[in-house]
Amino acid sequence: MANWNIILSIAKTHLLTKIKQTSIAALGVTFGIGSYITLVCFMTGLNGMLDGLILNQTPHIHVYNEIEPSKKQPISLYEDFSESFNIIHSIKPKLSQKKIHNALPIINYLETNENVRGALPQVKTQIFYIAGSIEIGGNLTGINPLDEVELFNIDDYIIEGSAEALDQTDNGILLGIGIAEKMSLKVGDRIQVSPVNGEIFPLKIVGFYQSGIADLDAIQSFTNVKTVQRILGEANNYITDINVKLYDIELAVPLSKKIEEQFKLTAIDIKTANAQFETGTTIRNLITYAVSITLLIVAGFGIYNILNMLIYEKMNDIAILKATGFSGKDVQLIFMSQAMIIGFVGGVLGLLIGFGLASLIQTIPFGTEALPTIKTYPINMDPIYFIIGFSFAMISTFFAGYLPSKKAKKIDPVKIIRGQ
Amino acid sequence: MSVVLETKHINKYFKKPVLFHVLKDINFQIKQGEFASIMGKSGCGKSTLLYILSTMDTDYEGDLYLNNELITGQDRIHLSYLRNKHIGFVFQFHYLLSEFSVLENVMLPAKKLAEKSYQEIEHDAMQKLKMLNIDHLAKKRASQVSGGEKQRVAIARALINNPSIIMGDEPTGNLDSYNAENVFNIFKQLSDEKGLSLLVVTHDEDFANKTDRIIQMGDGKILT
Repeated sequence: MANWNIILSIAKTHLLTKIKQTSIAALGVTFGIGSYITLVCFMTGLNGMLDGLILNQTPHIHVYNEIEPSKKQPISLYEDFSESFNIIHSIKPKLSQKKIHNALPIINYLETNENVRGALPQVKTQIFYIAGSIEIGGNLTGINPLDEVELFNIDDYIIEGSAEALDQTDNGILLGIGIAEKMSLKVGDRIQVSPVNGEIFPLKIVGFYQSGIADLDAIQSFTNVKTVQRILGEANNYITDINVKLYDIELAVPLSKKIEEQFKLTAIDIKTANAQFETGTTIRNLITYAVSITLLIVAGFGIYNILNMLIYEKMNDIAILKATGFSGKDVQLIFMSQAMIIGFVGGVLGLLIGFGLASLIQTIPFGTEALPTIKTYPINMDPIYFIIGFSFAMISTFFAGYLPSKKAKKIDPVKIIRGQ
Repeated sequence: MSVVLETKHINKYFKKPVLFHVLKDINFQIKQGEFASIMGKSGCGKSTLLYILSTMDTDYEGDLYLNNELITGQDRIHLSYLRNKHIGFVFQFHYLLSEFSVLENVMLPAKKLAEKSYQEIEHDAMQKLKMLNIDHLAKKRASQVSGGEKQRVAIARALINNPSIIMGDEPTGNLDSYNAENVFNIFKQLSDEKGLSLLVVTHDEDFANKTDRIIQMGDGKILT
């Protein structure tokens, strides 16, 4: 049975009398863990922001009716030419409806799927914004504002006004910031919009929308689904797009294929739409972990080195401890506990420093057009990183201490005592 | 009188650099209260024998008994325990832990044994120091006391667990005659008054002549 009191008191005395080496070893760990925490919080924060930029506002599956030429042209149905080589010039797409047939039952059906977090209807149309004599072409999208906030974080891109205001205002419009600037409009003003068929509808501006992509902000506006349906003179089952958000993004590909087959619609999954994006995230994560692990391994070698030196210095102590009845295991535990104390103290300090640096970075102003709601550098302070950092400190010091302490365990006291 | 330490047919070989038969059929006993010394020329194997008796060296043939218990072939953990409880050591060099105070050095083996409370151990340690007239040094760092004092601290440490036997490897070899005399008197007193067994390897003939019994060794054998 190991006698922890005495083992720890010997370990403590060794560490305190060599306070300089001890602090250097501990600082190595502190530096490693501190930079790991800072790096990982900062990098994942940035990753999260960039993810958010694309993923939050992008549906996992986007379902719509694609306008495309018929795959089977009439000539292929004509039996007389079935054995011939047919050439058709200037094929035109078939005139099909923009709306999704039976959209509301499809939405209800999708929402019963347990993998689906939500399926939201949208109505997209081209309109003209009219202010006085100016007419500017643009897109108007009808949405369910509150559902969009919940699933696609549209509120992150509303720089004035709110999604609630849009929901509560009949004939309200969330105007793209580019249009507002061009037409010198402010919240509360009225703007007239005209669909392609030429009628004019006045809408009240309840807020401004800024996606960060200037070209998009110069044409895109949002209003309620019902308002667009009214502008277009269509019934309330007129839905042009369905945006599906899943619980697990990995299921986007199979589900989109299934939707395409089942409903004869076009369904684009997020992976196809943003393939380059995932690569970036993976590589950034890889760099973060490569740098952190390198730092921690360097810190581990520092501890290994210092414990090794300590054991050479303490050969006589080890011999006398063994001669007076300490077993090899006791001696090993003495040096192991020294390593673990260094790891613990260095690790805790590292967590504090990492926390401090990350908090500091979080206060540094960082303005970006792309994300109007972000004012400072993004930091992701997930407790799991602190747990990983601390565990790594303990594990690396354990291994750094294990080899030297194993050597101390095996030292033959007779050789040391007789060698003098 | 009961036998504290007994060896039966102990043989030892050094395998490096060449095979060498260093101890040849060693048989002897140390009785309780006996103050014995081992003498012999350098290289005759007396220190080697002592380290076998101390249980630190386990690479030998034959049987070793401590308090009539066979300890040859016991595992290392148990040997450490026996060493801790029954054997006290005094070396030529003092071998104190230099970062610890004198008192802590003396208390260390007792703390390891953990049979008594901290207060009892501290009390015992002070008593041993007092007995050796070095109680005024208790709070000093081991590195700050003189050579003769260090050797007395080492003796106090050897005594702390009230061992069955004290072994010394030239305990006076590094001391001037005054301190050597002093250490001998302490040993003698322990043997006479407390009935402690002592086994001391020495080169010092004056020292050996004053002990109860001299074990003369030569060429790995006991001569007398």
